[in-house]
Amino acid sequence: MTYIAKPKFHHPSLKKNELGYTHRDYEGKISTLCAGCGHDSITASIIEACYELSIEPHRVAKISGIGCSSKTPDYFLGNSHGFNSVHGRMPSVLTGANLANRDLIYLGVSGDGDSASIGFGQFAHSIRRGVNMTYIVENNGVYGLTKGQFSATADRGSKSKKGVTNTDNAIDLVAIALQLGATFVARSFSGDKTQLVPLIAAAIRHKGASFIDVISPCIAFNNHAGSTKSFDYVREHNDAVNRLDVLVGRDPIAVDYAPGTVQMVEQHDGSKIALRKIDADYDPHDRLGAQTFLARHAAKGQIVTGLLYVDPDAEDLHEHLNTVETPLNTLEADTLCPGSAVLDKFNASVR
Amino acid sequence: MKPTDIAAPDYFHKVVDCQWACPAHTPVPEYIRLIAQGRYSDAYMINWKSNVFPGILGRTCDRPCEPACRRGRVEETPVAICRLKRVAADFKDDIKQRLPRPATKNGKRVAFVGGGPASLTVARDLAPLGYHCTVFDADPEAGGMMRTQIPKFRLPNSVIDEETGYILGLGVDFRGGHRIESMKSLLAENYDAIFVGSGAPRGRELDIPGRKEAAGNIHIGIEWLASVSFGHIDKIGKRVIVLGGGNTAMDCCRTARRLGGEDVKVVVRSGFEEMKASPWEKEDALHEDIPILNFMVPVGFVHAGGKLTGITFQKVKAEYDAKGRRNLVPSGEPDQTIACDDVLVAVGQENAFPWIEQDCGIEFDKWHMPKVDPKTFVSTNPKVFFGGDAAFGPKNIIWAVSHGHDAALSIHKMLSGEDITDRPLPDVQVSSQKMGIHEWSYDNDISIDKRYKVPHRDKVIALKDIRTEVELGYDVKLALGEAERCLNCDVQTVFSTSLCIECDACADICPMDCITFTGNGEEGDLRQRLKAPSLHPDQDLYVSTDLKTGRVMVKDEDVCLHCGLCAERCPTGAWDMQKYLIEMTHAGSACPTKSRSAA
Repeated sequence: MTYIAKPKFHHPSLKKNELGYTHRDYEGKISTLCAGCGHDSITASIIEACYELSIEPHRVAKISGIGCSSKTPDYFLGNSHGFNSVHGRMPSVLTGANLANRDLIYLGVSGDGDSASIGFGQFAHSIRRGVNMTYIVENNGVYGLTKGQFSATADRGSKSKKGVTNTDNAIDLVAIALQLGATFVARSFSGDKTQLVPLIAAAIRHKGASFIDVISPCIAFNNHAGSTKSFDYVREHNDAVNRLDVLVGRDPIAVDYAPGTVQMVEQHDGSKIALRKIDADYDPHDRLGAQTFLARHAAKGQIVTGLLYVDPDAEDLHEHLNTVETPLNTLEADTLCPGSAVLDKFNASVR
Repeated sequence: MKPTDIAAPDYFHKVVDCQWACPAHTPVPEYIRLIAQGRYSDAYMINWKSNVFPGILGRTCDRPCEPACRRGRVEETPVAICRLKRVAADFKDDIKQRLPRPATKNGKRVAFVGGGPASLTVARDLAPLGYHCTVFDADPEAGGMMRTQIPKFRLPNSVIDEETGYILGLGVDFRGGHRIESMKSLLAENYDAIFVGSGAPRGRELDIPGRKEAAGNIHIGIEWLASVSFGHIDKIGKRVIVLGGGNTAMDCCRTARRLGGEDVKVVVRSGFEEMKASPWEKEDALHEDIPILNFMVPVGFVHAGGKLTGITFQKVKAEYDAKGRRNLVPSGEPDQTIACDDVLVAVGQENAFPWIEQDCGIEFDKWHMPKVDPKTFVSTNPKVFFGGDAAFGPKNIIWAVSHGHDAALSIHKMLSGEDITDRPLPDVQVSSQKMGIHEWSYDNDISIDKRYKVPHRDKVIALKDIRTEVELGYDVKLALGEAERCLNCDVQTVFSTSLCIECDACADICPMDCITFTGNGEEGDLRQRLKAPSLHPDQDLYVSTDLKTGRVMVKDEDVCLHCGLCAERCPTGAWDMQKYLIEMTHAGSACPTKSRSAA
């Protein structure tokens, strides 16, 4: 790890966003992860996305579990709310926080161990409930903190740093998220910020359960020949179905792509996603199609990236539960407990 | 763009902005680190080798390094390089043992005309090689304009004595009070070489009505300063006007304040901003209650009964023509007469060579300046060399030093039977500063302190005595704080394409957004696609060879803090921090020396 703090000086002509912040204002403490860790690039992408969306840092709650990935919320949005929870329990802590205060932007940061092993059940239930959140898995396929054992997302047949071949089948979190009804599903790569930053921005603006699986090479234990989560392997097998630009409250950009190659997706909050299709036949509104597409490409050893599925009119947990618009944590005692007269009236109505 | 050739000595030299801007190319960050470590004598010797007069320059240098300092592009003010140099001089131990020993004479004789900074630099370089150096000066003591024109409250005699003494102590034969009146007779003395470092000794006249009539109260700035320096003049009228906007004018007005001038004004033709004087010298004058009036052109001296009573000025304004050139045109306001008792004219200096005869093989150009080769400093007489103000007109001490080193190299080569136009390359050393996983041999933690002010003596006390030095200099604590502001620009970011895995860690961590990974292109196009806007096209882009993905690494050197975080966050060691030390070739070091530098 680096011993010095990142210098406060910044480039003299850094652009400021609508709030007057530069991207440096969205940073946290300096990373204590290994040099070159893919997670640090995801951190940088989250910083960039929040800067571009002009998000007020105090409107964000970042919640994580345990692991290298779950350390990263310390490295971005230093002025946001944060909760570093128990291993694999990020989804339930996040769900609870979301129920108490629906007004915050929820960023769940987890890893492949945290979400595909110890917290697999938690992951599944937060997705199927449609909690309004951005769930990011920083997926490197190994347990880095315990020196490189295979995680549940390591591909069958891939090799560990010591040359051991993985004999277990891999969990594809994207496939599971699709199956469980996530309304925004994407996969990306830490080494491709031009794809990742807009994906994170679009996920933050999405209402409902957004899930992004980010393949993030572990430099120390999983960046060798034989790994399927190394920089070289991912770059060689990356099959991006689309690229996107997120447009928020700005004039529509003059789209200069060939007709039919750009698909505009308007989200619930009015923000727009301009999807530049790379695979002309890929339809990101077709859940079943996406599942098939993924399975077919996975069998060929390809890593499908991009925005894989989006339901722009999704509902979230609060709508399912029909909660009030006011965040529950701001309701006063007299609203929550209207008194015995109201109770009597209610009791009478159900007798 | 073509991949950057970092093996070319100039590439990394340009990144060390201060050193590149310094005419003598003093390794600034190297000596500032030594000051931070309390190694003042070591810091002094680096300076002594490079710029010969660290104590003098640490008080009076024109500081071309400071406007160039990278820190000035990162925050408001550059590192106080000049005053840190003084710290090295102030706190050093006795360094006499480190000076070269007087050498056994090699039988070759070199004569010097003038004992100022240029001549003394040449003598410093040649004497240790065994040359018999004879320095002639009209003044009784060595130092030239450093002694005569710079007031003692800025530069005490003790400092001049010490540093000229180091040179004269090398076995240099100094002939004070001996003015060279004829080049012809000097040539007749059969010296093997002659160096002319006689400066620009004549103050420019101001020929306007009343000049002759009121001559008794009108003084030429540099002559007046010299007279003050030698104690021939010790008072001046109560109301003084100084004409001119250069550093000499600032010295004149501040000197006048100490000799009885109560109402001292500086009046300049140009605007305040365009004045030639260094900003800090203007500041010092203003601090001593000397107003500076601008856009006023003197049109006549007013006198009564052979005595000066004032000066009449025409008011002007600046107008710019299509080419951006400034013209001063009358503003239409009525002329103004300012009453005064004495006038100091400091409107420029000129060269004068009445002592060089037409027929001694030294050709002059149409501006009456000797024809001098700008690289070798030889005149049209192959035995006669010029340097300092005598060569190309008035500049400053550090330029004179730089000329001196180059002229000394020429003289040495000529007298060794070599071709003087063959200039050996500088000695360059590049070495990794890595000490451990995230440890470097330099302090890479960036200080965010603002520039420290140099303490000044109380004004009331300072104005009482012309020999009381105004600036007190940094103390050890302030010096450490100021030294820590240096960004160590000589510790270079060196990139190896073959090791890079394109993980983006360096681009992510860089606090200044200097690093971009992108497709290659023409320079203009690349500058448009950087992570942060390229503000200074004169600052180089460091471009790698093609990476695995076909992209290149582009680093804008402009505002790099040299904090080394790119190298710390690089998992493969593709970035390394390497100290670049360049030593200019001086006489006698024609072959790169094998000496090791202090790490």
